[in-house]
Amino acid sequence: MSTALGWLAAVALTAGLVMGFGVAPLELTQGNVQRIMYLHVPAVWVAYLAFALGLAGSIAYLAGRRPGADRVAHAACEVGTVFLGVNIATGAIWGKPTWGTWWTWDARLTSVAVVFVMFIAYLLLRQAVEDRERAARYAAVLGIVAALNIPLVHFSVYWWRTLHQPPSLLKPGSSTMPPAILAALLVNFAALALLGAYFVTRRARLLAAEEEALA
Amino acid sequence: MAWKDLLVERRSKETLNALLFFSLALLFVFQFALGPDRERLAAVLPGLLWLGFILSGVLALGRAFLVERENDCWEGLLLAPGDKSAIYLGKLAGSLALMLVVEALVLALFVLFFNVDLGPALPGLALVIVLGTIGVAAVGTLFAAMTAQVRARELLFPVLLLPVLVPVLLGTVRVTEALLLREPLAAVAHWLQLLVAADVVYLTVGLLTFDVILEG
Repeated sequence: MSTALGWLAAVALTAGLVMGFGVAPLELTQGNVQRIMYLHVPAVWVAYLAFALGLAGSIAYLAGRRPGADRVAHAACEVGTVFLGVNIATGAIWGKPTWGTWWTWDARLTSVAVVFVMFIAYLLLRQAVEDRERAARYAAVLGIVAALNIPLVHFSVYWWRTLHQPPSLLKPGSSTMPPAILAALLVNFAALALLGAYFVTRRARLLAAEEEALA
Repeated sequence: MAWKDLLVERRSKETLNALLFFSLALLFVFQFALGPDRERLAAVLPGLLWLGFILSGVLALGRAFLVERENDCWEGLLLAPGDKSAIYLGKLAGSLALMLVVEALVLALFVLFFNVDLGPALPGLALVIVLGTIGVAAVGTLFAAMTAQVRARELLFPVLLLPVLVPVLLGTVRVTEALLLREPLAAVAHWLQLLVAADVVYLTVGLLTFDVILEG
Protein backbone atom coordinates (compact mmCIF):
# COMPACT_ATOMS: atom_id res chain seq x y z
CA MET A 1 0.00 0.00 0.00
CA SER A 2 2.82 2.31 0.97
CA THR A 3 4.74 1.70 -2.27
CA ALA A 4 1.64 2.39 -4.34
CA LEU A 5 1.14 5.62 -2.41
CA GLY A 6 4.75 6.55 -3.17
CA TRP A 7 4.34 6.05 -6.92
CA LEU A 8 1.05 7.91 -6.86
CA ALA A 9 2.79 10.80 -5.10
CA ALA A 10 5.60 10.76 -7.68
CA VAL A 11 3.12 10.95 -10.57
CA ALA A 12 1.15 13.71 -8.85
CA LEU A 13 4.33 15.69 -8.14
CA THR A 14 5.28 15.47 -11.83
CA ALA A 15 1.81 16.71 -12.74
CA GLY A 16 2.26 19.45 -10.17
CA LEU A 17 5.53 20.56 -11.75
CA VAL A 18 3.92 20.62 -15.20
CA MET A 19 1.01 22.64 -13.84
CA GLY A 20 3.23 25.04 -11.90
CA PHE A 21 5.80 25.70 -14.62
CA GLY A 22 3.89 24.90 -17.80
CA VAL A 23 0.19 25.55 -17.51
CA ALA A 24 0.03 28.34 -14.94
CA PRO A 25 0.61 31.74 -16.60
CA LEU A 26 3.47 34.08 -15.73
CA GLU A 27 2.35 36.44 -13.01
CA LEU A 28 2.66 40.00 -14.30
CA THR A 29 4.04 41.92 -11.32
CA GLN A 30 6.07 39.24 -9.56
CA GLY A 31 7.28 37.23 -12.54
CA ASN A 32 8.59 33.70 -12.13
CA VAL A 33 9.16 34.18 -8.38
CA GLN A 34 5.44 33.74 -7.87
CA ARG A 35 5.69 30.08 -8.96
CA ILE A 36 7.18 29.17 -5.57
CA MET A 37 3.63 29.60 -4.25
CA TYR A 38 2.74 26.22 -5.75
CA LEU A 39 5.06 24.65 -3.18
CA HIS A 40 4.72 27.24 -0.41
CA VAL A 41 0.94 27.32 0.04
CA PRO A 42 0.18 23.57 -0.28
CA ALA A 43 3.02 22.80 2.17
CA VAL A 44 1.33 24.70 4.99
CA TRP A 45 -2.05 23.08 4.21
CA VAL A 46 -0.49 19.62 4.35
CA ALA A 47 1.34 20.54 7.58
CA TYR A 48 -1.91 21.48 9.30
CA LEU A 49 -3.60 18.32 7.98
CA ALA A 50 -0.72 16.34 9.48
CA PHE A 51 -1.12 18.08 12.84
CA ALA A 52 -4.84 17.26 12.78
CA LEU A 53 -3.89 13.62 12.16
CA GLY A 54 -1.40 13.91 15.03
CA LEU A 55 -4.20 15.14 17.31
CA ALA A 56 -6.44 12.24 16.25
CA GLY A 57 -3.61 9.77 16.80
CA SER A 58 -2.83 11.21 20.25
CA ILE A 59 -6.46 10.98 21.39
CA ALA A 60 -6.79 7.48 19.94
CA TYR A 61 -3.67 6.37 21.77
CA LEU A 62 -4.88 7.67 25.13
CA ALA A 63 -8.27 6.05 24.58
CA GLY A 64 -7.17 2.62 23.35
CA ARG A 65 -3.43 2.42 24.20
CA ARG A 66 -2.56 0.77 20.91
CA PRO A 67 1.08 1.44 19.96
CA GLY A 68 -0.02 1.83 16.33
CA ALA A 69 -1.98 5.00 17.15
CA ASP A 70 1.08 6.44 18.89
CA ARG A 71 3.28 5.69 15.88
CA VAL A 72 0.83 7.47 13.58
CA ALA A 73 0.77 10.49 15.92
CA HIS A 74 4.56 10.57 16.09
CA ALA A 75 4.99 10.21 12.33
CA ALA A 76 2.28 12.79 11.54
CA CYS A 77 3.73 15.44 13.86
CA GLU A 78 7.20 14.86 12.46
CA VAL A 79 6.03 15.11 8.85
CA GLY A 80 3.92 18.17 9.71
CA THR A 81 6.96 19.89 11.21
CA VAL A 82 9.01 19.16 8.08
CA PHE A 83 6.30 20.55 5.78
CA LEU A 84 5.96 23.63 7.97
CA GLY A 85 9.73 24.06 7.71
CA VAL A 86 9.44 23.87 3.91
CA ASN A 87 6.69 26.48 4.07
CA ILE A 88 8.81 28.86 6.17
CA ALA A 89 11.91 28.36 4.01
CA THR A 90 10.09 28.88 0.69
CA GLY A 91 8.29 31.87 2.20
CA ALA A 92 11.62 33.46 3.07
CA ILE A 93 12.98 32.78 -0.42
CA TRP A 94 9.86 34.38 -1.92
CA GLY A 95 9.89 37.26 0.56
CA LYS A 96 13.44 38.40 -0.23
CA PRO A 97 12.80 39.52 -3.86
CA THR A 98 9.14 40.47 -3.29
CA TRP A 99 9.15 42.28 0.07
CA GLY A 100 12.89 42.92 0.17
CA THR A 101 13.35 40.98 3.40
CA TRP A 102 13.74 37.34 4.42
CA TRP A 103 11.56 37.69 7.46
CA THR A 104 9.02 40.13 8.86
CA TRP A 105 6.88 39.88 12.01
CA ASP A 106 3.69 39.72 10.03
CA ALA A 107 0.73 37.96 11.67
CA ARG A 108 0.77 34.85 9.52
CA LEU A 109 4.53 34.42 9.59
CA THR A 110 4.60 34.79 13.34
CA SER A 111 1.79 32.32 14.04
CA VAL A 112 3.36 29.72 11.75
CA ALA A 113 6.71 30.24 13.49
CA VAL A 114 5.15 29.75 16.95
CA VAL A 115 3.42 26.55 15.83
CA PHE A 116 6.73 25.35 14.34
CA VAL A 117 8.54 25.89 17.65
CA MET A 118 5.72 24.15 19.54
CA PHE A 119 6.10 20.99 17.49
CA ILE A 120 9.90 21.09 17.66
CA ALA A 121 9.39 20.98 21.43
CA TYR A 122 7.07 17.98 20.92
CA LEU A 123 9.83 16.13 19.03
CA LEU A 124 12.36 17.11 21.72
CA LEU A 125 10.13 15.59 24.40
CA ARG A 126 9.93 12.38 22.36
CA GLN A 127 13.70 12.24 22.34
CA ALA A 128 14.20 13.08 26.01
CA VAL A 129 12.06 10.28 27.45
CA GLU A 130 13.82 6.91 27.18
CA ASP A 131 10.98 4.62 28.14
CA ARG A 132 8.87 4.17 24.99
CA GLU A 133 5.56 3.66 26.71
CA ARG A 134 6.02 6.72 28.89
CA ALA A 135 7.23 8.78 25.92
CA ALA A 136 4.06 7.81 24.06
CA ARG A 137 1.81 8.91 26.93
CA TYR A 138 3.61 12.22 27.53
CA ALA A 139 3.81 13.02 23.84
CA ALA A 140 0.09 12.31 23.41
CA VAL A 141 -0.74 14.84 26.15
CA LEU A 142 1.61 17.44 24.66
CA GLY A 143 0.28 16.72 21.16
CA ILE A 144 -3.26 17.46 22.33
CA VAL A 145 -2.24 20.69 24.11
CA ALA A 146 -0.21 21.87 21.09
CA ALA A 147 -2.93 21.11 18.54
CA LEU A 148 -5.65 22.80 20.62
CA ASN A 149 -3.32 25.75 21.08
CA ILE A 150 -3.05 26.38 17.32
CA PRO A 151 -6.33 28.38 17.09
CA LEU A 152 -5.39 30.38 20.21
CA VAL A 153 -2.00 31.21 18.70
CA HIS A 154 -3.64 32.12 15.41
CA PHE A 155 -6.14 34.57 16.91
CA SER A 156 -3.77 36.13 19.40
CA VAL A 157 -1.07 36.75 16.81
CA TYR A 158 -3.58 38.11 14.31
CA TRP A 159 -4.98 40.61 16.83
CA TRP A 160 -1.50 41.43 18.04
CA ARG A 161 -0.35 42.50 14.58
CA THR A 162 -3.46 44.27 13.38
CA LEU A 163 -4.43 45.71 16.79
CA HIS A 164 -8.02 45.61 15.59
CA GLN A 165 -10.69 43.04 15.73
CA PRO A 166 -10.96 41.16 12.44
CA PRO A 167 -14.08 42.15 10.48
CA SER A 168 -15.15 38.55 9.98
CA LEU A 169 -13.67 35.08 9.89
CA LEU A 170 -14.19 34.48 6.23
CA LYS A 171 -13.05 37.17 3.91
CA PRO A 172 -15.65 38.14 1.31
CA GLY A 173 -14.97 37.76 -2.39
CA SER A 174 -12.49 34.93 -2.14
CA SER A 175 -12.03 33.72 -5.68
CA THR A 176 -10.22 36.44 -7.61
CA MET A 177 -7.60 33.94 -8.75
CA PRO A 178 -7.38 33.04 -12.44
CA PRO A 179 -8.60 29.45 -12.93
CA ALA A 180 -5.23 28.21 -14.27
CA ILE A 181 -3.41 29.39 -11.14
CA LEU A 182 -6.08 27.91 -8.89
CA ALA A 183 -5.87 24.59 -10.76
CA ALA A 184 -2.08 24.51 -10.43
CA LEU A 185 -2.41 25.21 -6.72
CA LEU A 186 -4.93 22.41 -6.20
CA VAL A 187 -2.95 19.85 -8.21
CA ASN A 188 0.13 20.65 -6.17
CA PHE A 189 -1.88 20.42 -2.97
CA ALA A 190 -3.05 16.93 -3.94
CA ALA A 191 0.52 15.96 -4.82
CA LEU A 192 1.97 17.20 -1.54
CA ALA A 193 -0.86 15.61 0.44
CA LEU A 194 -0.07 12.26 -1.22
CA LEU A 195 3.62 12.79 -0.49
CA GLY A 196 2.83 13.60 3.14
CA ALA A 197 0.65 10.50 3.48
CA TYR A 198 3.44 8.42 1.94
CA PHE A 199 5.97 9.84 4.42
CA VAL A 200 3.65 9.16 7.37
CA THR A 201 3.14 5.51 6.40
CA ARG A 202 6.87 4.97 5.81
CA ARG A 203 7.82 6.71 9.06
CA ALA A 204 5.23 4.76 11.08
CA ARG A 205 6.58 1.50 9.65
CA LEU A 206 10.15 2.56 10.47
CA LEU A 207 9.10 3.32 14.04
CA ALA A 208 7.51 -0.13 14.30
CA ALA A 209 10.73 -1.75 13.04
CA GLU A 210 12.74 0.34 15.53
CA GLU A 211 10.55 -0.84 18.39
CA GLU A 212 10.91 -4.43 17.26
CA ALA A 213 14.68 -4.13 17.10
CA LEU A 214 14.88 -2.58 20.55
CA ALA A 215 12.45 -4.99 22.18
CA MET B 1 -2.71 18.66 48.62
CA ALA B 2 -2.61 22.42 48.17
CA TRP B 3 -2.72 22.76 51.92
CA LYS B 4 0.28 20.44 52.38
CA ASP B 5 2.34 22.29 49.77
CA LEU B 6 1.48 25.70 51.16
CA LEU B 7 2.31 24.51 54.65
CA VAL B 8 5.70 23.22 53.51
CA GLU B 9 6.28 26.50 51.73
CA ARG B 10 5.27 28.57 54.74
CA ARG B 11 7.57 26.57 57.00
CA SER B 12 10.57 26.82 54.73
CA LYS B 13 9.87 30.01 52.73
CA GLU B 14 12.57 28.62 50.49
CA THR B 15 10.92 29.11 47.11
CA LEU B 16 9.19 32.38 47.94
CA ASN B 17 12.37 34.12 49.10
CA ALA B 18 14.37 32.89 46.13
CA LEU B 19 11.65 33.92 43.69
CA LEU B 20 11.41 37.39 45.15
CA PHE B 21 15.13 37.95 44.83
CA PHE B 22 15.06 36.53 41.33
CA SER B 23 12.35 39.01 40.38
CA LEU B 24 14.27 41.84 41.97
CA ALA B 25 17.37 40.84 40.00
CA LEU B 26 15.28 40.76 36.80
CA LEU B 27 14.09 44.28 37.56
CA PHE B 28 17.68 45.50 37.72
CA VAL B 29 18.61 43.65 34.55
CA PHE B 30 15.69 45.26 32.69
CA GLN B 31 16.72 48.66 33.98
CA PHE B 32 20.35 48.21 32.90
CA ALA B 33 19.39 46.78 29.54
CA LEU B 34 17.11 49.69 28.69
CA GLY B 35 18.93 52.63 30.23
CA PRO B 36 17.41 55.51 32.12
CA ASP B 37 15.15 56.85 29.33
CA ARG B 38 11.80 57.04 31.08
CA GLU B 39 9.60 57.20 27.99
CA ARG B 40 11.14 54.12 26.44
CA LEU B 41 10.74 52.33 29.73
CA ALA B 42 7.07 53.26 29.99
CA ALA B 43 6.42 51.97 26.46
CA VAL B 44 7.78 48.51 27.20
CA LEU B 45 6.60 48.28 30.80
CA PRO B 46 3.66 45.85 30.27
CA GLY B 47 5.92 43.48 28.35
CA LEU B 48 8.62 43.64 31.03
CA LEU B 49 6.09 43.06 33.78
CA TRP B 50 4.71 39.92 32.13
CA LEU B 51 8.14 38.67 31.17
CA GLY B 52 9.02 38.92 34.86
CA PHE B 53 5.80 37.14 35.88
CA ILE B 54 6.28 34.33 33.38
CA LEU B 55 9.97 33.80 34.13
CA SER B 56 9.39 33.65 37.87
CA GLY B 57 6.36 31.43 37.17
CA VAL B 58 8.54 29.05 35.16
CA LEU B 59 10.91 28.79 38.11
CA ALA B 60 8.09 28.27 40.62
CA LEU B 61 6.28 25.68 38.51
CA GLY B 62 9.47 23.83 37.67
CA ARG B 63 9.85 23.16 41.37
CA ALA B 64 6.23 22.12 41.93
CA PHE B 65 6.94 18.38 41.90
CA LEU B 66 10.46 18.58 43.29
CA VAL B 67 9.41 18.01 46.90
CA GLU B 68 8.00 14.60 45.98
CA ARG B 69 10.96 13.71 43.81
CA GLU B 70 13.66 14.66 46.27
CA ASN B 71 11.98 13.00 49.23
CA ASP B 72 11.12 9.80 47.34
CA CYS B 73 7.41 10.38 47.64
CA TRP B 74 6.69 10.06 43.90
CA GLU B 75 5.29 6.55 44.46
CA GLY B 76 3.03 8.05 47.11
CA LEU B 77 1.58 10.36 44.45
CA LEU B 78 1.13 7.46 42.05
CA LEU B 79 -0.55 5.27 44.63
CA ALA B 80 -2.76 8.00 46.09
CA PRO B 81 -6.33 6.73 46.20
CA GLY B 82 -9.17 8.40 44.39
CA ASP B 83 -9.22 10.75 41.46
CA LYS B 84 -5.83 11.89 40.19
CA SER B 85 -7.35 15.17 39.03
CA ALA B 86 -7.59 16.12 42.72
CA ILE B 87 -3.78 16.03 42.84
CA TYR B 88 -3.68 18.22 39.74
CA LEU B 89 -6.04 20.78 41.26
CA GLY B 90 -4.13 20.70 44.55
CA LYS B 91 -0.76 21.27 42.89
CA LEU B 92 -2.32 23.93 40.68
CA ALA B 93 -3.82 25.79 43.64
CA GLY B 94 -0.53 25.66 45.52
CA SER B 95 1.48 27.05 42.59
CA LEU B 96 -1.20 29.61 41.83
CA ALA B 97 -1.15 30.97 45.38
CA LEU B 98 2.65 31.19 45.35
CA MET B 99 2.75 32.89 41.95
CA LEU B 100 0.05 35.41 42.86
CA VAL B 101 1.92 36.43 46.03
CA VAL B 102 5.15 36.90 44.07
CA GLU B 103 3.33 38.82 41.31
CA ALA B 104 1.66 41.16 43.80
CA LEU B 105 5.04 41.95 45.35
CA VAL B 106 6.74 42.37 41.96
CA LEU B 107 3.96 44.72 40.88
CA ALA B 108 4.55 46.78 44.01
CA LEU B 109 8.28 46.89 43.24
CA PHE B 110 7.57 48.01 39.66
CA VAL B 111 5.37 50.84 40.94
CA LEU B 112 8.10 51.83 43.36
CA PHE B 113 11.12 51.64 41.05
CA PHE B 114 9.63 52.75 37.76
CA ASN B 115 7.30 55.33 39.28
CA VAL B 116 4.12 54.08 37.61
CA ASP B 117 0.75 55.45 38.62
CA LEU B 118 -1.65 52.50 38.65
CA GLY B 119 -4.58 54.25 40.33
CA PRO B 120 -7.92 53.31 38.75
CA ALA B 121 -6.34 50.60 36.61
CA LEU B 122 -5.83 48.35 39.62
CA PRO B 123 -9.09 46.28 39.56
CA GLY B 124 -8.71 45.54 35.85
CA LEU B 125 -5.07 44.73 36.39
CA ALA B 126 -5.96 42.29 39.17
CA LEU B 127 -8.44 40.59 36.81
CA VAL B 128 -5.93 40.15 33.99
CA ILE B 129 -3.22 38.98 36.39
CA VAL B 130 -5.51 36.29 37.81
CA LEU B 131 -6.68 35.19 34.33
CA GLY B 132 -3.15 35.09 32.95
CA THR B 133 -1.67 33.33 35.97
CA ILE B 134 -4.36 30.62 35.87
CA GLY B 135 -3.41 29.93 32.25
CA VAL B 136 0.32 29.80 33.01
CA ALA B 137 -0.19 27.61 36.08
CA ALA B 138 -2.66 25.24 34.35
CA VAL B 139 -0.27 24.29 31.52
CA GLY B 140 2.75 24.65 33.79
CA THR B 141 1.49 22.14 36.38
CA LEU B 142 0.72 19.63 33.64
CA PHE B 143 4.14 20.01 31.99
CA ALA B 144 5.98 20.08 35.33
CA ALA B 145 4.52 16.68 36.23
CA MET B 146 5.53 15.46 32.79
CA THR B 147 9.13 16.65 32.97
CA ALA B 148 9.67 15.76 36.67
CA GLN B 149 10.86 12.27 35.74
CA VAL B 150 12.74 13.18 32.58
CA ARG B 151 16.45 13.81 32.22
CA ALA B 152 17.44 17.40 31.38
CA ARG B 153 14.20 18.46 33.03
CA GLU B 154 15.31 22.03 33.86
CA LEU B 155 15.97 22.52 30.16
CA LEU B 156 12.99 20.71 28.73
CA PHE B 157 10.36 22.33 30.96
CA PRO B 158 10.71 25.92 29.66
CA VAL B 159 11.25 24.62 26.11
CA LEU B 160 7.84 22.93 26.26
CA LEU B 161 6.09 25.67 28.19
CA LEU B 162 7.15 28.96 26.59
CA PRO B 163 5.88 28.43 23.01
CA VAL B 164 2.52 27.17 24.29
CA LEU B 165 2.19 30.31 26.43
CA VAL B 166 2.52 32.76 23.52
CA PRO B 167 -1.25 33.49 23.33
CA VAL B 168 -1.43 34.10 27.09
CA LEU B 169 1.60 36.39 26.96
CA LEU B 170 0.24 38.40 24.03
CA GLY B 171 -3.21 38.71 25.61
CA THR B 172 -2.03 39.77 29.05
CA VAL B 173 0.51 42.25 27.71
CA ARG B 174 -2.05 43.88 25.41
CA VAL B 175 -4.67 44.18 28.18
CA THR B 176 -2.11 45.54 30.66
CA GLU B 177 -0.98 48.08 28.08
CA ALA B 178 -4.56 49.21 27.50
CA LEU B 179 -5.17 49.50 31.24
CA LEU B 180 -2.06 51.59 31.80
CA LEU B 181 -3.14 53.88 28.96
CA ARG B 182 -6.48 54.28 30.77
CA GLU B 183 -8.43 52.63 27.95
CA PRO B 184 -11.80 51.11 28.95
CA LEU B 185 -11.87 47.34 29.44
CA ALA B 186 -14.47 47.04 26.67
CA ALA B 187 -11.80 47.98 24.12
CA VAL B 188 -9.87 44.82 24.95
CA ALA B 189 -12.86 42.55 25.63
CA HIS B 190 -11.85 40.16 22.84
CA TRP B 191 -8.46 39.69 24.50
CA LEU B 192 -10.12 38.89 27.82
CA GLN B 193 -12.32 36.37 26.02
CA LEU B 194 -9.20 34.81 24.51
CA LEU B 195 -7.60 34.55 27.97
CA VAL B 196 -10.72 32.94 29.40
CA ALA B 197 -10.84 30.52 26.45
CA ALA B 198 -7.16 29.65 26.97
CA ASP B 199 -7.75 29.04 30.71
CA VAL B 200 -10.74 26.80 29.98
CA VAL B 201 -8.86 24.79 27.33
CA TYR B 202 -5.74 24.33 29.48
CA LEU B 203 -7.69 23.44 32.64
CA THR B 204 -9.89 20.94 30.79
CA VAL B 205 -6.95 19.19 29.10
CA GLY B 206 -5.05 19.22 32.41
CA LEU B 207 -7.93 17.65 34.35
CA LEU B 208 -8.58 15.04 31.68
CA THR B 209 -5.01 13.97 31.05
CA PHE B 210 -3.31 14.30 34.42
CA ASP B 211 -3.95 10.69 35.43
CA VAL B 212 -2.26 9.59 32.20
CA ILE B 213 0.93 11.32 33.31
CA LEU B 214 0.82 9.87 36.82
CA GLU B 215 0.64 6.28 35.60
CA GLY B 216 4.30 5.64 36.22
